[in-house]
Amino acid sequence: MQKQAIFQSKLLPYALVAPQLAIVLIFFYWPALQAVIQSFLLQDAFGLSSTFVWFDNYIELFKDPAYFEAIVRTFFFSFAIAISSLSFALLLAVMADKPLRGSMLYRTLLIWPYAVAPPVVGVLWIFMLHPSLGVLSRYLRGLGVDWNPLLDGNQAAGLIILAAAWKQISYNFLFFLAGLQAIPRSVFEAAAIDGARPMRRFWTVTFPLLSPTIFFLLVVNIVYAFFDTFGIIDTMTRGGPGTSTVTLVYKVYSDGLLGGNLGSSAAQSVILMVMVIVLTGIQFRFVERKVTY
Amino acid sequence: MVEEEGFRRYIAHAILWIGIAIVAFPVYIAIVASTQDNALIANGQMSLLPGGHFFEVYYQTIFVGTSGSTREPVGNMMLNSLVMALAIAIGKIAISIISAYAIVYFRFPFRMAIFWIIFITLMLPVEVRIYPTYKIVADLHMLDSYAGLALPLIASATATLLFRQFFMTVPDELLEASRIDGAGPLRFFWDTLLPLSRTNMAALFVILFILGWNQYLWPLLITTRDDMQTIQVGIRKMITTTDALTEWPIVMATAVLAMLPPVFVVVAMQKLFVRGLVETEK
Repeated sequence: MQKQAIFQSKLLPYALVAPQLAIVLIFFYWPALQAVIQSFLLQDAFGLSSTFVWFDNYIELFKDPAYFEAIVRTFFFSFAIAISSLSFALLLAVMADKPLRGSMLYRTLLIWPYAVAPPVVGVLWIFMLHPSLGVLSRYLRGLGVDWNPLLDGNQAAGLIILAAAWKQISYNFLFFLAGLQAIPRSVFEAAAIDGARPMRRFWTVTFPLLSPTIFFLLVVNIVYAFFDTFGIIDTMTRGGPGTSTVTLVYKVYSDGLLGGNLGSSAAQSVILMVMVIVLTGIQFRFVERKVTY
Repeated sequence: MVEEEGFRRYIAHAILWIGIAIVAFPVYIAIVASTQDNALIANGQMSLLPGGHFFEVYYQTIFVGTSGSTREPVGNMMLNSLVMALAIAIGKIAISIISAYAIVYFRFPFRMAIFWIIFITLMLPVEVRIYPTYKIVADLHMLDSYAGLALPLIASATATLLFRQFFMTVPDELLEASRIDGAGPLRFFWDTLLPLSRTNMAALFVILFILGWNQYLWPLLITTRDDMQTIQVGIRKMITTTDALTEWPIVMATAVLAMLPPVFVVVAMQKLFVRGLVETEK
């Protein structure tokens, strides 16, 4: 699509795009290129000299069981966060979509967690479930659970998933509600006249009509779980105990910061970049199809 | 109308209230903890009702900070976060709206190339190119500065695409009309296009402000001086690894303070926020 009415000017348009271009080139393309170059280099321990080693950093990475574990863990976290948050949000959205008294109030009370920052989410949940002083830990111990996420890797992973899913409920809720409201009421009425009970109506009518939204949210949630959980992990477990909560992004951070292993860290960044490009690509293709201009 | 008998309606109300309770519970606990005595919490004896230390704890949090891990007053951290969030929101809107204007309303060589250069940036969040970006900011001597905090996060395309989309829907007649009035490109932009974009800008501002306020990894890396710290980084440093030293009432008060501005923005600007969110994601 092109505008018919336009202005003629030789220099003005360049002046207008210049600030954006400058910032994008300096803070986006240049570092991205650096990451790619760095990933092909092997630096000595003091960072004084480096040799070009082709794909050695990548090969090392894929031979490393710790990296493989981080990949599996990241995908597991992502799906666990997405599925639990999506299903709970869908339940709430279906309820809030009904013509209830006070539905605006419900909406307001449900959307604000979107605005809570990941590290704050981490702090809130680690405090409630802290082994010695958490208010919820008391009840867990009362139930006979040996609760100590600071020592037990599985419990730590569960805690991260719980906190990350909690934060994402409001976001998913909003999009589900928008999706539900876009479905014409007459569709439900027709199904009701055909004698479909509410549960059946949901699975045969609402759910299929909502599937574009569900798919879109699945992709968004996976991207969220990849990147935005960093703040949650860093405040709650710092990757521990052991490496039981180290995700791909956390590994880039900790390998680069502690190990000084810049080549490996850069190779990890490049792999992450490819993953994000694929995910965003999926999202785009799909959204382009859904949105009609 | 689809039948909705009383019983089902009660169930819907109940489920929604349970949902709200789950969503609100952690925050309730934080507020309660921020009014209690540290010794009581450290013993695992925390009460589920507010205590009597509200003023004391918040005064210390805002003006003094913790006595151990960070001595930086949280008031100062909030100021840093505010400057960063505003710089990101306003900066991004400003550079995006003018580049979108150029791309939509002018024909010039490399126009499409420039559009794609901007478009591609959608794909990579700052997290994946974190160390090289850090190095560039260090080389430019922008560590521990507001510019270093904000500029790398301004570099993304969402806002540009949004404004481009919006400008496409602006009728051509408006431009013809202002041309007849003798207006040049800058005048048209300032007097016609900018006022028309007001709601879009406001919606975007809400989203970007929250995004900026909630940044964590980037400020964590590039700020070393305590007085440049943002509140998100500060709160993490307050939790010491040796648990006994963590001053939980202050940590919880900081969490509450860190939540206030973005939550206030979301609730107060609900309509704009939802609009901005749905549009940005397209």
